[in-house]
Amino acid sequence: MVLTNWLNQRFTDGEPEIEVSAGTVRQLIAELDGRFPGIGAELEGGMAVAIDGEIFPDPFLEPIRADSEVFFLPPLEGG
Amino acid sequence: MIKDHVSTTINGEPVEFLCDPRQTLLDVLRDELNLTGSKEGCSSGDCGACSVMLDGRVVCSCLVLGAEAEGREVETIEGMAQGETLHPLQRVFLEEAALQCGICTPGFLVAAKALLDRNPDPTETEVRYWLAGNLCRCTGYDKIVRSVLDAAAEMRGK
Amino acid sequence: MDIEAPSYKWVGTRPVRPDGIDKVTGRAMFGADFSLPDMLTGKILRSPHPHARLVSIDVSKAAALRGVKAVATAADIPEIPVDNAFVGDAPTNFRHWSSNVLAREKVLYDGHAVAAVAATSPAIADAALALIEVDYEVLPHVIDVKDAMRDDAPVLHDDLFTAGVEPKPDKPSNVAKRVEFTLGNTEAGFAEADVVVERAFRTKAVHQGYIEPHAVIANTAEDGQSQVWCPSQGHFMIRAACAKLLGIEISQFRVFPAEIGGGFGGKINPYLEPVALLLSRKSGRPVKMVMTRAEVFRATGPTSGAALTVKIGALKDGRIAAAEATLTFEAGAFPGSPVGAGCMTGFAPYDITNVKIVGYDVVSNRPKCCAYRAPGAPIAAYGIESVLDEIAQRLDLDPIDFRLKNAAKEGTKAAYGPQFGKIGCIETLTAAKDHPHYGAPLGPNQGRGVAAGFWFNFAGQASAAVNVNEDGTAIVTYGNPDIGGTRASMAQIAAEVLGIDYDKIRPIVADTSSIGFNDITAGSKTTFTAGLAVHEAAKDVVGQLRERAAKMWDISVDAVVWENGVARPASSNAGDFDPLALADIAAMAGKTGGPISGHASLAATGAGPTFAAHICDVEVDQDTGRITVVRYTAVQDAGRAIHPSYVEGQMQGGVVQGIGWALNEEYIYGSDGRLQNPGFLDYRIPVASDLPMIDTVIVEVPNPNHPYGVRGVGEVPIVPPMAAVTNAVASATGVRMTELPMSPPRLLAALENGS
Ligand code: FES
Ligand code: FES
Repeated sequence: MVLTNWLNQRFTDGEPEIEVSAGTVRQLIAELDGRFPGIGAELEGGMAVAIDGEIFPDPFLEPIRADSEVFFLPPLEGG
Repeated sequence: MIKDHVSTTINGEPVEFLCDPRQTLLDVLRDELNLTGSKEGCSSGDCGACSVMLDGRVVCSCLVLGAEAEGREVETIEGMAQGETLHPLQRVFLEEAALQCGICTPGFLVAAKALLDRNPDPTETEVRYWLAGNLCRCTGYDKIVRSVLDAAAEMRGK
Repeated sequence: MDIEAPSYKWVGTRPVRPDGIDKVTGRAMFGADFSLPDMLTGKILRSPHPHARLVSIDVSKAAALRGVKAVATAADIPEIPVDNAFVGDAPTNFRHWSSNVLAREKVLYDGHAVAAVAATSPAIADAALALIEVDYEVLPHVIDVKDAMRDDAPVLHDDLFTAGVEPKPDKPSNVAKRVEFTLGNTEAGFAEADVVVERAFRTKAVHQGYIEPHAVIANTAEDGQSQVWCPSQGHFMIRAACAKLLGIEISQFRVFPAEIGGGFGGKINPYLEPVALLLSRKSGRPVKMVMTRAEVFRATGPTSGAALTVKIGALKDGRIAAAEATLTFEAGAFPGSPVGAGCMTGFAPYDITNVKIVGYDVVSNRPKCCAYRAPGAPIAAYGIESVLDEIAQRLDLDPIDFRLKNAAKEGTKAAYGPQFGKIGCIETLTAAKDHPHYGAPLGPNQGRGVAAGFWFNFAGQASAAVNVNEDGTAIVTYGNPDIGGTRASMAQIAAEVLGIDYDKIRPIVADTSSIGFNDITAGSKTTFTAGLAVHEAAKDVVGQLRERAAKMWDISVDAVVWENGVARPASSNAGDFDPLALADIAAMAGKTGGPISGHASLAATGAGPTFAAHICDVEVDQDTGRITVVRYTAVQDAGRAIHPSYVEGQMQGGVVQGIGWALNEEYIYGSDGRLQNPGFLDYRIPVASDLPMIDTVIVEVPNPNHPYGVRGVGEVPIVPPMAAVTNAVASATGVRMTELPMSPPRLLAALENGS
C-alpha cells in the first residue's frame, strides 16, 4: 500500500509505504484511518486509486489481494 | 422598429420575409425561416460555419444583412441534396468520415461546392487555400481536403 | 477477460455513421438550433474588471423595461456551503462553480457573469443589460502564474490555504495545492549521470476552440418540472450540476442531448444551463441562451498556461539516471488545474528509477480553467520531451533509439506509482522508427523532431439497452453524447454480437429520463465504456434469443447456440431444426414471452493506457520567423480500432490542436487585466492552408480488459505535438524554443539572439 507524497508528510510521518491487510478499498481506508486518524476523510474525498497498476477513479468495493500494490492518486479528469 | 419587407429566392423557391434592418441574413435564415443548417460560430466572418451562396458567390451570411437578399438568389446547405440524392460532396464526406462533430460541415460543403463549380480539378493546395476561411476544430482538415479532392475526381469522371 | 479471436465482421470496418445524413444536409439539431413557442432570449451581463468587489447590483430599471420577463443574480441561487461542495467523489467543487455561474461578492476575471435577463427579443435583452447598475470596488489583479505566487500578490480567495504542505500555512495565498510524486533518489541518480540538462519552459493558456458556442433552452413548468436541451459532453452531468447548483431534486429535470459541435473538455461543466433554468422558473416561459464567440473566449474553457522546469540526467549508454520536474499551472479564478495529471503523465512513457515531480495549482484573475483533451499532459510532455531531445543530441543518440532504450513496458513501475499491465509503448515507438517518414531526406531550412506521449484513459459508469423490433431490426439506446462518431461504433459492436447487419441497427443517444446514468463523454472513455455496456446488453439479447428459440423448438436452452445471427441446435442430438434468424424469433416474440430487450448497467474499469509517438518536419523562414509544418506522422496504440476512420480522425484532430498550441494560440491580456483577443481573428486556430496531410499509423496492442481489446484513443494525440514541433524547430535552426507559442516574432527574436 503506497501513499502519494503529500499524504505521507501529513499523516504517516513521511513513511510512503505501509503494509495493511484489507480485502477492499473501503476496508483499507477504514484500517488506515484507525492507524492515522484523519487520513480516511482525505482518501475518501475524491482520490483515485491504482490497484496493481489499474486506475479506479471512484474506488469503494474494489477487491484487494494479499500481495496487491495499492496507490492513492489525486483526482483526475479527462477532456 | 419598422421591419423591412424582403422578396428573395432561397434554394430555388421564392421567399418573402420581414426583418429588422439590423438583422443579418444568418439570423433571418435561422430565426425567421427555420433554416438552421447554416451555423453560427462567431458572427464576425472568421469561421465560415454560416457560409451560403449569394448570387453564386460564397459569403459569410453573418456579414450580410437580411435586407441585402432582396431580389437575389440564396443557396443554403438545405438545398444541396436533390430530393433523395446527396450531392457527391455530401456522400464522399460521409464515406470518408470528413466530419466528427459536424458543426462545421454545412459551411465546408457550401464552400467546397462553390470551389468545384468554378474549378472542377483543384490541386490540394488550391483546396486548402479556398477552404482557409472555414474553421474545423475536430478533424485537422485531412479527411475534409481528401474528400473534396475525391469528390472532384468522381464528378469529373461523369 | 479473454480477447475474442479477431475475425470480426463489423469491428474494424468503416461504415457510414448512422447520424451522417443529418449532418451533411443541415438537418442535425445542435444546441442553438432548437426553439420553442413563446420562447424568451436570455443574456448575461459580464464583468469588465478582472478583480472587483460587488458592492451592489441594482436591477430595478432593467426589470421595469417593457419586454423584460425575468432578471437574476447570485442572490437567486443558494450559496453552497464549504462542506457540501462536492457531489460524490467527482473532483468538481460546486461551491466554486456556483460562484462562477453567477458571481457572488467578488468578480474574479474579465467576463465573469454578474447578472442575467430574459426578454421577448434579443434587442430588449441587450437594452436591459445596459440598465443594470453594478457598483464595483475595483481591486488589484494578477494574471501571470508566477506573479500570482509572489508574497505580495493580490489574494483572490481569503479562505484558500495551500493544501499538501506541512505545516498548514498560516495565511491564505493563491497557491491552492502542492502535489509531489517521488520514486527512488534523484540526487544519487544525478550524481551518476554523464550528462544533465535543465531547462525552464513557459506555455500560454489556450482555448478548446470548439466551433459551436455554448447554447441552451430551458423550460420550467409551474410545478418545477424542467426540461433542458443543450449540447454537452454529458447530459447526466448537466442534470446533476443544475440540481446541485439550484438545490432541486434530480427527478425534476429531464435533459435532452442536442448534437454537440465539439467539446474537447470544455463542455463538461455548466455555464448557461442553471441560469436559463433560473430565468425560465422566474418568467414561467422557455428561455434560450446562446453565447457569443467573445463570451466563449472570456468566460469558458481555457486550459492552463504554465511555467515548468525539467531536469534530466542520463548515462553515456543512453539510460536515464534521474529526472525531476516542477510544474506550475494556472487554475484560473478557482482552484483545479490539471497539474496532477501533468505530473503523472510526463515521465510515464519511460522506465526511470529516480524521479521527483512537484506540481502547484495556482489561481489568478483568469476564467476558471477546465479540461482540454488529455488535461495537463501536453504541457508536461512539452518540457520533458524537449529536454529528452536535447540529451539525445548531446549523447549523439538517435532520439527514437534513446526513447526505446528507456521505454516503459509491462511490469514497469510508472513514475506516478503503479505498475503497468500490458501496454504498447515499445510497439508504438518502433512503428514510428520504421515509418518511411523517419528516414526521408529533409530540404533546406527544414528540421525533424520526434516526441512521445502517454494518457491513462478512463472508464466509468454506463447504461445501455438493446431493443429488438418485431421486424428483426434493433435499437441501441445509450447515454453518451456522440461528438466524433461513436454512434457508428455502438452499432458496430451490437451488430458484431447479434450477428445482424450494421444497417439493421439504429443507435440512439437517449435523454436522462430514458436510460440509466452515464458518465460524461471525456477522458477517451466512450467507445470503451459505453461500448462495454452495449456489448453486454447485446449479449443479454442473445441469451433471450436462445431462450425463445428453445421455446419455439421445445428443447432446453442449453441445447441452443447463437452463431452468425441465427439460433441453431447445439448438436444433432438436440434435434433437427432449421436455423432461426433474429427476425424469425422477433416475429414470434409476442407468443414466446413478450418483447426482447437487453439491458446492461455497469461501472467499467481497465480502460488501458495508451501511448503515442509523433514525427514532425518543419520549415523555418529565417527572415520572418514563420514556421510551417510540412510533414507530420502520428503513431498510436488504439488497442483495437472499432472504426479506423474515426480513430484516424481523432489522431489528426488532436495533432492539429497541438500544432495550434505550439505555433499560434494564446490568451493575451492587457495590463488592465482584460482579454485582448476574444475572437477567431486574433486567437488564431490552424486553418487548412497552414497544414499538410496528417499521416496516421494505428498500432493495435489489444487491451486485455476489453472483449475486442479497445483502448481510449481521443486524448493522447494532443500530447506529443508541442514537443515534436519544438524539437523540429531546434533541428532546423539550432535554437531551442522554451516558450510557446512559437509565433513569428518570438522565433525571430530567438534566432537573432541565438546567432
Ligand atoms: S458565423 Fe459567420 S463566419 Fe463565423
Ligand atoms: S467536425 Fe467538428 S468542427 Fe469540424
